[in-house]
Amino acid sequence: MDQINPELESINSLQITTKINNEKALKKMPSRTAQIRLMSSHEEVYEPCDDSFALVDALLADCNNLLKHCPTLCMEIGCGSGYVITSLALMLGQEGLAVNYIATDINPLAIRVTRETMDAHGVDAELIITDIASGLEKRLAGSVDVIVVNPPYVPTPEDEVGVGGITASWAGGENGRSVIDRILPVADRLLSEKGWLYMVTLIANNPSEICLYMREKGYASRIVIQRSTEEESLHIIKFWRDLDIEGDNEKASADKSAPGRLMEYVLTQLPPFTFWRCSDRDNK
Amino acid sequence: MRLLTHNMLSSNIKGVTNGFPLRIEAEKVVEKTVEMNADFLKKMFEKIQWKAFIDASRAMGYTELPEEVDPTTLESDEFLSKFHHALLELHLEEGALVCPETGRRFPVNKGIPNMLLHEDEV
Repeated sequence: MDQINPELESINSLQITTKINNEKALKKMPSRTAQIRLMSSHEEVYEPCDDSFALVDALLADCNNLLKHCPTLCMEIGCGSGYVITSLALMLGQEGLAVNYIATDINPLAIRVTRETMDAHGVDAELIITDIASGLEKRLAGSVDVIVVNPPYVPTPEDEVGVGGITASWAGGENGRSVIDRILPVADRLLSEKGWLYMVTLIANNPSEICLYMREKGYASRIVIQRSTEEESLHIIKFWRDLDIEGDNEKASADKSAPGRLMEYVLTQLPPFTFWRCSDRDNK
Repeated sequence: MRLLTHNMLSSNIKGVTNGFPLRIEAEKVVEKTVEMNADFLKKMFEKIQWKAFIDASRAMGYTELPEEVDPTTLESDEFLSKFHHALLELHLEEGALVCPETGRRFPVNKGIPNMLLHEDEV
């Protein structure tokens, strides 16, 4: 009974060899996300935090789809430290400039920090100091294949929205929706026919309402990552244009079509909206 | 700022109806060599407003682009390499972008355009 099954032993040694090889491969493989040690920072610029990591994890989880998607123009609205756009550029690559990246932020210091972060990682984006995508909306309409947004989603008094500096990175006004609600129609305008939007939302933002708003504009949605920390519960939602939904909206039919059912499925994944107020504003 | 980005920017001042193209005031232009990708260039060609693009390249001191283009121009390798150079290798490092309607200057420092508006312009 104590005899070692020789077949099993050989499998074990094979597994060990494979594991060593994997470790070697991992060491050789260049990082697909921005590295914290290479991040630039400034006291007035939002540093990568749980929400940034969750967004990048969502992009990593969807990385194969993104590579197959062959985007030409990718954009981040509100790039902050540059952690997300740098990670996206590392994931998709820039060889021969097959992809062009654009990043905006309302905080000039954030743009400077993003430039330093991207330089440290050997990637590049066109950086513009602007409010959301102001100045780009007209000519860039219908041209952007991927938009990533980690918006200022923390519920705050309305008068804290748009006061500048680091506050702009988190102050979201009532239900944290003031800036999100301005971003959604802009994203709709900028996205190409095959365009995808990835956005960070907090439960207090009422993500199911956001999905319904986007559905009216013809977008399907899916939760790529759900993450709860001690302080907040985050959903990273992906939106894409769905011709069936557009058709549905045109017909304004009340019958339960397949995409309708899919949408209901997404909505059941989201907890019901509660009138929860976030008192700790530092938790974004 | 690359000319690709310049071609996508318009004056965003409230009430301005004809905010494109922004006129370039170039104080410092830098060149950064990047690998050429013909497919990317062909995709971008469709999005570029050509007249604005040649005017911008001239303001940056580059005069090699042809006045008239059509999709067949893209078959020429010589054209593609000039288009690539003007679109992606020339950077406006210092200068300004001027609104064609109001003359308002949007500064460009360290290659980054600042499109933020004053309160009375929003």
